[in-house]
Amino acid sequence: MMASEGGEDHRLPRIASAIRVIPDFPKPGIMFQDITTLLLDPKAFRDTIDMFVERYRDQEITIIAGVEARGFIFGPPIALAIGAKFVPMRKPKKLPGEVISEEYSLEYGTDRMEMHVGAVQPGDRALVIDDLIATGGTLSAAIRLLERVGAEVVECACVIELPELKGRERLGGTPLFVLVKAA
Amino acid sequence: MLLQVEVMAVCEGKKQDTRIQRIASSIRVVPDFPKKGIMFQDITTLLLDPKAFKDTVDLFVEQYTGRGISVVAGVEARGFIFGPPIALAIGAKFVPLRKPRKLPGEVISENYILEYGSDCLEMHVGAVQPGERALVVDDLIATGGTLCAAISLLERAGAEVLECACVIELPELKGRGRLNGKPLYVLVESH
Repeated sequence: MMASEGGEDHRLPRIASAIRVIPDFPKPGIMFQDITTLLLDPKAFRDTIDMFVERYRDQEITIIAGVEARGFIFGPPIALAIGAKFVPMRKPKKLPGEVISEEYSLEYGTDRMEMHVGAVQPGDRALVIDDLIATGGTLSAAIRLLERVGAEVVECACVIELPELKGRERLGGTPLFVLVKAA
Repeated sequence: MLLQVEVMAVCEGKKQDTRIQRIASSIRVVPDFPKKGIMFQDITTLLLDPKAFKDTVDLFVEQYTGRGISVVAGVEARGFIFGPPIALAIGAKFVPLRKPRKLPGEVISENYILEYGSDCLEMHVGAVQPGERALVVDDLIATGGTLCAAISLLERAGAEVLECACVIELPELKGRGRLNGKPLYVLVESH
């Protein structure tokens, strides 16, 4: 059952129904929210981008930070539409230049997220984009990286939220905007 | 340390030149990454120049508009940056081609050879229908191994691959000749 945010926007039902749920991926008990089927519906994909662009175009955003890898699909079209820089936030050892890195927790163990030194300047106004927010661990690592270099993180934006995992509360006070919520 | 990329404008037409110059000069070369002797072509600096990034996408869109392309397939992960804007502009589906075990649904897989060992690329079953006309997009072509695997996946699903499109080509690695006869379109060459 997918409930939608953003009021009664007529585009949301098509976006929500374009998302496929895959049971037991990557492991038993997880209902995986698969956005690849949304990308196969050009109108739904276009509408998804438009809804984010409409929200952010007049907010003087200079940086769109997209989390590898599905944040690379949604972030660049938004960046292009609003004239912002796109900054990829990557797993360790993928970015070729000098990086800063931030550790974050997984269910078992930790991982690291990296950003290029010099990509973001103090005073930049940033959005963090990913396809989905679950526990908020990944997004909060991205927020910390951006804040460490002096950017202001205006908001996090995701296509899907899993509200039961309470990720929204773990963003250190940064607001969260999503298009659909999945139980 | 910033090194200048030696580039040749690959596109014909004077009007392309100023866009290509800006695109080429926004690409950063990082020496000895991922290992000694490799001059890595870093497109993240292109993404920090909104005009250069927009021009990059526009050049591809101009090349592919009106050719009946219904699928843009992008190779993980940097193909995910360039493919979707092209797909959105031409009204095509975007199909991600991924490393193993990332795609959640039923997949088909294609193995390919690396310098040392092999790797594998996957595509969702049902993403592409027989008869669809497809484009493959990645940031760079080196030996052509990855793009060749991508072409195979699409053809196995019954699609017709029209062309491969990359921002950068490393011509000395001769990838262009390894694409199953498919044409290659690039914006800059790096020597």
